[in-house]
Amino acid sequence: MNRRLPYLIALGALVCALSGLFPMAGGPPEGVTAFGRLPVLSEGRMKPLDSVARNTLLVIQGRQRVVTPEGRELSPDEWLLDVFFRPDLADTYKVFVVDNTDLLSLIGKSEDSQKIRYDKTSQQIAAMIGFIPSNQRRMSFKEIEPYLAQIEAQDKLAEPVEAAERTRFQSAVIQLAGNLSRYLRLRRAMVPEGSDNFLGELLHLQENLADGINAVRDKEAGKPHDEAKAAAMLDEGQKFVGMSESTDLLAIPPDDEDTDANDWHNTGHALLETFGKGFVDPSVLSYAGIGYAWRTGQPDKLAHIVEMYQKSLDQRFAKQVQKVRVETIFNRAEPFYACMLIYLTAFGFAALSWLKWVEPARRTAWGLVALAWVLATLGIATRMWLEGRPPVTNLYSSALFIGWGSVGLCLILEWTYKNAIGSAAAGMIGFATLLIAHHLALAGDTLEMMRAVLDSNFWLATHVVVVTTGYASTFLAGMLAIIYILRGVFTKTLDKATADALARMVYGIVCFATLFSFVGTVLGGIWADQSWGRFWGWDPKENGALIIVVWNALILHARWGGLVKQRGLVCLAVFGNIVTSWSWFGTNMLGIGLHSYGFTQAAFWWLSGFIVTQLALIALANLPLEKWRSFRAPAGPAV
Amino acid sequence: MNAALKQLRSVLVSLRLTVLLLAMSIVLIFWATLDQVHLGVWGVQQKFFHSFVVTARVGELEVPVYPGGYLIGGLLLANLLSAHIYRFKLGWKKLGIWIVHAGLILLLIGELVSGLVQQDYHMSLDEGETKNYSESNRRNELAVVDVTDPAFDDVVAIPESLLARGAVVQSPKLPFRVVPRGYFPNALIQMRSDVPNAPPSPANAGMGAMLAVTPQEVSYTEDAHNTPAAYVELVGPDASLGTYVVSTRLGNPQRFDYGGRSFKLVMRPERHYQPFAITLEKFSHDIYPGTDIPKNFSSKIKLASPDGSLNREVLIYMNNPLRYAGLTYYQESFNGEHNSVLEVVRNPSWLVPYISCGAIALGLVIQFLMHLAAFARKRRTA
Repeated sequence: MNRRLPYLIALGALVCALSGLFPMAGGPPEGVTAFGRLPVLSEGRMKPLDSVARNTLLVIQGRQRVVTPEGRELSPDEWLLDVFFRPDLADTYKVFVVDNTDLLSLIGKSEDSQKIRYDKTSQQIAAMIGFIPSNQRRMSFKEIEPYLAQIEAQDKLAEPVEAAERTRFQSAVIQLAGNLSRYLRLRRAMVPEGSDNFLGELLHLQENLADGINAVRDKEAGKPHDEAKAAAMLDEGQKFVGMSESTDLLAIPPDDEDTDANDWHNTGHALLETFGKGFVDPSVLSYAGIGYAWRTGQPDKLAHIVEMYQKSLDQRFAKQVQKVRVETIFNRAEPFYACMLIYLTAFGFAALSWLKWVEPARRTAWGLVALAWVLATLGIATRMWLEGRPPVTNLYSSALFIGWGSVGLCLILEWTYKNAIGSAAAGMIGFATLLIAHHLALAGDTLEMMRAVLDSNFWLATHVVVVTTGYASTFLAGMLAIIYILRGVFTKTLDKATADALARMVYGIVCFATLFSFVGTVLGGIWADQSWGRFWGWDPKENGALIIVVWNALILHARWGGLVKQRGLVCLAVFGNIVTSWSWFGTNMLGIGLHSYGFTQAAFWWLSGFIVTQLALIALANLPLEKWRSFRAPAGPAV
Repeated sequence: MNAALKQLRSVLVSLRLTVLLLAMSIVLIFWATLDQVHLGVWGVQQKFFHSFVVTARVGELEVPVYPGGYLIGGLLLANLLSAHIYRFKLGWKKLGIWIVHAGLILLLIGELVSGLVQQDYHMSLDEGETKNYSESNRRNELAVVDVTDPAFDDVVAIPESLLARGAVVQSPKLPFRVVPRGYFPNALIQMRSDVPNAPPSPANAGMGAMLAVTPQEVSYTEDAHNTPAAYVELVGPDASLGTYVVSTRLGNPQRFDYGGRSFKLVMRPERHYQPFAITLEKFSHDIYPGTDIPKNFSSKIKLASPDGSLNREVLIYMNNPLRYAGLTYYQESFNGEHNSVLEVVRNPSWLVPYISCGAIALGLVIQFLMHLAAFARKRRTA
């Protein structure tokens, strides 16, 4: 049994990981899922409506789950259908995060009014500790709507202040205003404001189009005309102009023979062309039909219309449709979420193996890490195929890649040493980097388009990948050092052999990190020289990378010169975590230089917190040896 | 050898010094990165890297507070060289380290040289416009242009630094001397009627009498441009021609006639002429549909020399600059739909980092593989 258990656990994890791929009982009907697969052009790339829904939800409320006031859970696709076609309902869903106190008072709320009252004492205690939410962080559009004017005014006041100098209130109000406008742009994407039966209106328009256009022509020419018909036609035109200006979702494909993916336009724009073409765009009619079916609760009809519309695209945009399909599956599978849980479990088993149940727990941990790594590899590969780019294109993907690279190295370490240290480090780094990636995803589409200055697949594939591997290995050295400190100080499991092995691993990984961070930095210099005619410009990100190289070199020289032994080495390696996190995130927070493409303010506090923990670990390592549980015994190793 | 010298030598060749210098360089780079928010990248380079000491202002005094890039880099170089000379031993085992350090020495020297000789300019072109010069990003000059012959401009360019020093300029091309009467590295120029309390100025010629010059704080940030101004008196053999206000803020040159010749007087970014001309034929700029994210910029230019030996079209776009005659032209930015701004860099030592970094990378790989091989051997025997 003990021999098979690792396989059984890994298999169980695999089944859990893949479960997202298959439709569950009680999930949304097939038509809704198919609706999510429809391609649109948004933020510069072709993507499924499903991604539009998920990204919007992540940005405005920090999660994909939506619950109606009646307590029913909606899939992102159902939510989007409601936003498009039943805005009166969608407006009542609490999907806007507002947790700044000043912002709450701006919209007539206070922290007190947002408190959730629990009846049971146990619930009250749980809320106090933070196990269950203690206040309502999310609000519906309907609740915010009366204060739109105030929010807009405050937004205008805050906008001119430079991002780095904004107060928390200013950032919060800018963010809320941005989220509201994002929501409204979606709400107005398919149907004009306040239209109850858009399909009916369009069919009516289609019927009277010829007469109406003639009436308008006659009116403009000063001839006798049917005033009512002309006025109705001009009214429609006005409405469509309004629609075309109030959304950035390009949902309507170009005319039949045009297969250029850049020629998609929004619904209002397509409707304005009605007057020139003499008929209402069939794609617009399809969406209006979907809306009608959704409003009237006819899922079969909805599925039928979606299918017909999808077929009209399959031929013309075969390549894009294929990618969009894969992206929908990718969204649903959430491979990185599964990886995160598996890494965490793996860490648990690895740590367990140091205490008892040594061999089976170690093998289980290794199997789980390998499984998660394969899943992550598939996930990253899918993203690369979708984007047509090398793995690292923005901060989000750098987090994925750093995790992937570190875990890959850990697998080799574990294969060589078989002492569960590699698996433990893999579990920790894998989990942490994916958690960081998850928070970075809240900034918007993670498959966003590249800015012109970065548009070079060759350099992205070489410089960025190599330098990110350098980051990954520096973090790994730091993580191994942390294991050394924690095991040594708090447990009795760090015997001499293990301590020596760990120190050797740290040293080896630092060598590796020196090589990769140096080569990566140099390749960056060459890219800069090729593009801008100078090898080195002292740009913050360049400096950050340089500091990593110098720091790794410092560790090696200190070691060679005998200035540090095992404990000194691990302290330096832990400080390497600080250096690397500064280069990864801190330099972007300065908001200057050529690389400041990923400015994130909330990350500042996380970074500060991380640095404090690392300093605490270094302080811990400097405890006198007799305080280390592992070394308290008289026969401890000389370190 | 006496004891003190011996001690000095043992410090100079020690790894302890190496580690200390590496740590100090990290602090220097980190500090410089933070200061970049205030000083801009150019100011930071001057203050931290191209200097022997970093100074801080205490009251009125500039006090040295930290060793600068030249000092730390120089000491690292000395440490490295002396350690290698002192512990010189030829052998395969140290081959990788040798190559790494040789590359590093070259890199340090190369960076020193490029810091001294690298120059950058920019060239702003409207579509259809032709220029045979680029303009300095930071330095300005006072140009006195003899425009008597409509077919030919005769230019006397006086660098800003001479104005700042108050140096009197006499040129055989000019029938008058140029006498600086006041210089401001950054100044606001306004109509005197808009500034009722402006102090009296010595200017009395050209537009001078109408203008008020208000000195401003010098800014070092990247996007802020300083606009220097000066009072210059033109003094002929017999009498003064008057005192002018000149500034890069005044767009049009001031014209005057003297001794039967016509002149233009203008303060402008220093020009760097080259023996060929560049014409912007077309500037293109795309964004991703439905967004305002730039997708690409490109400038189609014509490169031509006056004698006709050179005449070709070149497309400059992101990550694809034009290298010609020791200069690199790359797409920097644009003003509006029909104007392109090219950055122009002269860096004669551009090849050095390639060689040195190649050597360092090679050395690291060799060293790393030797470590790995030794490790694998040890494990196999263990």
